[in-house]
Amino acid sequence: MLLGVVVAVAWFLVSIAASSSGRRHAALGFGYLADPTNFDIPFRLIPWAVGDSYGRALLVCVLNTLLVSAMSIVAATLLGLLVGIMRLSTNWLVRNIALGFVELVRNTPQLVQIIFWYVAVLQTLPGPRQSIRLPFGTLLNIRGLYLPSFIANDLAATQWPLALVLLLAIPFVWRLPFRGFPFGVKSLLLLMPALLAFLAGVDHTDLPAMQGFNIAGGVQVVPELVALWAGLSIYAAAFIAEIVRAAILSVHKGQREAALSLGLRPRQVLSKVVLPQALRVMVPPTTSQYLNIIKSSSLGAAVAYPELYEIFAGTAMMQSNREIESIALLMGVFLSINLAVSAFMNWYNHRIVFLGR
Amino acid sequence: MSDAAAQRMPMPGGFAPDRTGRTPSRPIEWARRNLFSSVFNTILTLVVLVLAALIVPPVFRWAVTHATILGMTRAACTGDGACWTFIRVRFPRFVYGNYPSEQYWRVDVVVALLVAFCRPVLREGGRHRWLSVLLLLIVFPTLAAILLTGGIFGLAYVDTSLWGGLMLDLIVSFVTVAGSLPLGIVLAFGRRSQLLVVRTLSVGYIEVWRGVPLLTVLFMSAVVMPLFLPDGVSVDRLLRAMAALVLFNAAYMAEVVRGGLQGIAPGQEEAADSLGLSWLQVQAFIVLPQAFRIIVPGIINTVVDLFKDTTLVTIIGLFDLLGAVEQALKDPAWLGFATEGYVFSAAMFFVCCFAMSAYGRSMERRLAMGQ
Repeated sequence: MLLGVVVAVAWFLVSIAASSSGRRHAALGFGYLADPTNFDIPFRLIPWAVGDSYGRALLVCVLNTLLVSAMSIVAATLLGLLVGIMRLSTNWLVRNIALGFVELVRNTPQLVQIIFWYVAVLQTLPGPRQSIRLPFGTLLNIRGLYLPSFIANDLAATQWPLALVLLLAIPFVWRLPFRGFPFGVKSLLLLMPALLAFLAGVDHTDLPAMQGFNIAGGVQVVPELVALWAGLSIYAAAFIAEIVRAAILSVHKGQREAALSLGLRPRQVLSKVVLPQALRVMVPPTTSQYLNIIKSSSLGAAVAYPELYEIFAGTAMMQSNREIESIALLMGVFLSINLAVSAFMNWYNHRIVFLGR
Repeated sequence: MSDAAAQRMPMPGGFAPDRTGRTPSRPIEWARRNLFSSVFNTILTLVVLVLAALIVPPVFRWAVTHATILGMTRAACTGDGACWTFIRVRFPRFVYGNYPSEQYWRVDVVVALLVAFCRPVLREGGRHRWLSVLLLLIVFPTLAAILLTGGIFGLAYVDTSLWGGLMLDLIVSFVTVAGSLPLGIVLAFGRRSQLLVVRTLSVGYIEVWRGVPLLTVLFMSAVVMPLFLPDGVSVDRLLRAMAALVLFNAAYMAEVVRGGLQGIAPGQEEAADSLGLSWLQVQAFIVLPQAFRIIVPGIINTVVDLFKDTTLVTIIGLFDLLGAVEQALKDPAWLGFATEGYVFSAAMFFVCCFAMSAYGRSMERRLAMGQ
């Protein structure tokens, strides 16, 4: 009976929506994704031109969302680990600074933080002419961060993939047995040939420099991305710090004492005994923080970072006039990204739980 | 990273407590143990102190000594410090939004009523707690709606489009909590149900809402929901946003409640069953009261989160505290005080959220002691 009621309500709503959108424009459907667009996307990872299809706009935006999410997940994990361990320091100052950071960040809205980074910090940077000079020819000004870029030569087509393969091989070589022991740190020697292969493919470096009224050369990281990145990763780091702290505290004191009495150095105790056990406790709650980061990346709309929400609940929706399809796309894409990430983390969780036992 | 952590372990090279042979005074002893217990800790302390010396004085100069707070116009702000005059002059707007100023007393009365109705609910060991919860969830919202909207009993009508500022955050949060908690309880029971259809629907509901960003849900309320309404029916924008927030947060509440329900030993339910109580009686008098003990801290966490999330209504065009600040920043008479504005709104949220989470933590401690 309940199922019947649900189906009836859903059918009723859909029929209303179909008739009301029928009054406005063509029938519901995703055919419009092949239509040409009439707007620009100011920041993208793959080539984009006004007039490309809505489908390609979707791809550009998904990549932008994934980029800021991935950057934030990495930064939040590192910062969270650092602050979580600082929370347990024997140094009173360090401990309380970490506590203050966590409380301050956790008790202010994420949206306020993102806008604060954008408006109150990045928008007060000097103009292009007075750029702040950082090491390696990097420039920082109100239009963003300008990094040097590498221009490829003819060899790059073969050498750069080789470098990537060498890099990806490191974690596997790390565990390969070598005279009874795994390679371990020695596998980092592979970094050298990887670096050589990369350099062999580089023709020259392109340093950003003033040219006329703007900066030419290099790679521009737009301030919207930096603000969103800072906002997402600092907010999540405060939560991850508490997870790390609780996880380390959850490792029984006897474990540490036993390891110390066996003559392990304090650092070995931390890396071989405490952290591996804490990791198991950490993974499930950290996963939900990662999912939160991905969902919160939609707050990029507040600083006009062209991610999914900003474009598909904004420009693309206005121009195509398809509200229902837009919201279905948005929710569908976010749901599938989240399901994929949580499936991966479940697999990882399963693996570390069984490795240790 | 591992360096800082290594300090948890005893390290060689620390100061011996009584190296000088004299009994050290208490502060020195404290500093030695907490700041200079090893070479690494000493370096860490010095680095922190140097950084503090570099950061704190300029911030203090900006926020306090060189700041301005008196005066009524922008001209008062001549120093190179913060211009708190801006905040002071616009303060009523930040709290009440665009609510007509001669009607502010109505908002004040609602806040006083809220405190009065909340007290018996939060007090430990009250006798008629269920009654006071019902009063808070039914009588108070009715009174508040009459007072705030007006239009009857000689009260002037105030349109919801004029509501704003911190007041709007509080109203939206209250409605969201009051609506999503009962719905969340129903969903949590649905998820534990024996009936496949009920269970699947509850799990689907919870997982879908938890898998999408709040912003898309608010967007749905603002843009898509009107399309689903029959012709000639229009629902207030604020009401739609609140409905979306209730539906969204119910999924999170459901998970908190489920955690509490799982913490109740099955023997409790079986014992009550064998005494001949009906399912409803078992849940209402045996399971839920015990589960609530466990879940109150979790609920408070969710409340803090949703209170922070009320700022998102700014993006769909409602003027909460953040929206009011942004509106004020666009005022040509007060351009260029973005930092002050955002610092102020962050501070307001911090005070509210910190108070709530401190209350939650103290409750958690009391519960832990009781067991």
